[in-house]
Amino acid sequence: MGIELDVKSFDDALKILSKDYKIFAPIRLKGKGSFSDTDLVTYGEISSYRDIELSEKSRYSPKEVIYPITQTLFYFTEDEYKEPEIDDKGIIVFLRPCDANSYLKLDNIFLKNGPYEDNYYKRLRDKVKFFVIECTKGFSTCFCVSTGSNKFLDYDVFFRFDNDKITCDVKNDEFSYAFSGKEVEFTPEFIEKNEIEIKLPDVDKISRNIEYVFNHELWDEYTKRCIACGRCTVSCPTCSCFSMQDIFYKDNPKCGERRRVWASCMVDGFTDVAGGHSYRQKYGERMRFKVMHKIYDYKKRFGTTMCVGCGRCDDVCPEYISFIKIVSKVTDAVER
Amino acid sequence: MANIYMPRKAEILSIIPQTDIDYTFRLKSNIMPKHGQFLQVSIPKIGEAPISISDYTDEYIELTIRKVGTVTDAIHELKPGDFLFIRGPYGYGFPIEDFKDKNVVIAAGGTGLAPVKSIINRYYRNPKEIKKLNILVGFKSPKDILFEDEIKKWGKSFDVLLTVDNGDETWTGNTGLITKFIPDLSIESPNDTIVIVVGPPMMMKFTCLEFLKRGIPEVNIWVSFERKMSCGIGKCGHCKINETYVCLEGPVFNFTKSKQLLD
Repeated sequence: MGIELDVKSFDDALKILSKDYKIFAPIRLKGKGSFSDTDLVTYGEISSYRDIELSEKSRYSPKEVIYPITQTLFYFTEDEYKEPEIDDKGIIVFLRPCDANSYLKLDNIFLKNGPYEDNYYKRLRDKVKFFVIECTKGFSTCFCVSTGSNKFLDYDVFFRFDNDKITCDVKNDEFSYAFSGKEVEFTPEFIEKNEIEIKLPDVDKISRNIEYVFNHELWDEYTKRCIACGRCTVSCPTCSCFSMQDIFYKDNPKCGERRRVWASCMVDGFTDVAGGHSYRQKYGERMRFKVMHKIYDYKKRFGTTMCVGCGRCDDVCPEYISFIKIVSKVTDAVER
Repeated sequence: MANIYMPRKAEILSIIPQTDIDYTFRLKSNIMPKHGQFLQVSIPKIGEAPISISDYTDEYIELTIRKVGTVTDAIHELKPGDFLFIRGPYGYGFPIEDFKDKNVVIAAGGTGLAPVKSIINRYYRNPKEIKKLNILVGFKSPKDILFEDEIKKWGKSFDVLLTVDNGDETWTGNTGLITKFIPDLSIESPNDTIVIVVGPPMMMKFTCLEFLKRGIPEVNIWVSFERKMSCGIGKCGHCKINETYVCLEGPVFNFTKSKQLLD
């Protein structure tokens, strides 16, 4: 059973929820796009229905809600360390099924890879409530059906935004108090077919032909075309790599903080080691590393493909490199 | 939940210069690592870097650190009584239990001797744990030799071959790469011989190939990798080679695995 809301009752719900939650959704920042007179669609806090941008895919994903671009791990003074406090409020994220699935992919790295859970990730992640936006058409570069990320059933509240007519399914009773309206029949729908369909390569076939795939000439093209800007990884909802950074304050150099900041396997310096060695200097090798992580070794490790098929990497590449085409080439190579 | 990124203070008990750019820092610590494990070592305000543990007792650990970057430059400015900040130990070490009663050959190049020094000292204290130990150590030049006194000490109990790539007018010892000496090494029973190779990437590759030529089975060869890491615990991604996280599945690898690490 669903609840039908109008814009006012939706905004009333946000107002009620905002007492206990910070609420994030895709938003449009006027004039903040990469080019003059263009807007940036990204994630940010909202307070009303009109703040939510639904007509365009957000350039950046909601991952920074739980995994900020820069995150202070601790502050240090002369003789003590202090972990930063976080907001007492919970976190509500309005997101499409692909992005909701991307949180599960990040969970695998931050909570399940290796013997330790990542404290900083976990303390934000534990607060997250999924307010899933119904997505039945997708966008031109989406391929979530191919990656199996088109559905997300473990939502707290599910929303259908049909112009100003809003219908929701409140699965988590914790939120029932906020939503009031006419009860209607409502079955959440998910996209069943994207404009783009790709065949992911079979993991076992790659394993059996690993050297062939790694040394395949298909990667050479990206040594020539890729400029190692890292946009694809920054926009990716599942990329999780980071570097550490220590800073100290100019007015008191004895005090400072240790931060982690997003890093990218596509950019220079990622594999530097002491003594001047570095690995994967060719951009095609970096592309191979990234692509194989998304579709091969992550799946071997966690049983699910890392890529959620949001297509943002294709949208943002200044060299018009298509991840989708690379994956298809890998599939063709192993199916030879 | 304990914060795994929070380092703990470790007092520098003494600093032993090895070369102009390599110092051994002895830190007060009761960490009892496995041979070959590493620590994330930092100085607040400067940064953090993975450093292998070169030796330990239940009262101290030793880190032999080459001055090669921002963090290590700052570490070399410290004095006894100052503090380093450590977390770990992390990673898999050498499966030392499997080496019992075997012939062991340790081939180390340059600072690669640091991560295996504790193993050699273990065998020096307990020579009956293995049948025989051969040590091959190579450095670029006589002034780059690390642990000179200990190498002399080991020579009293084991076959030690010290070589430098390029000698000088005072050098009367061996010259040439380690690989040059492997064909003449006395290896009685290859199947019963464990080989440990640690050093720069090229040295490890060609040294392993030489040992394979001597009939050492791949499964008997162990190597240790060096990679940049920001976390040491399988999150940051820097040390990943293909599907393998060096911090989690290494830094010590069996050759059968390491040869598959395509980069």
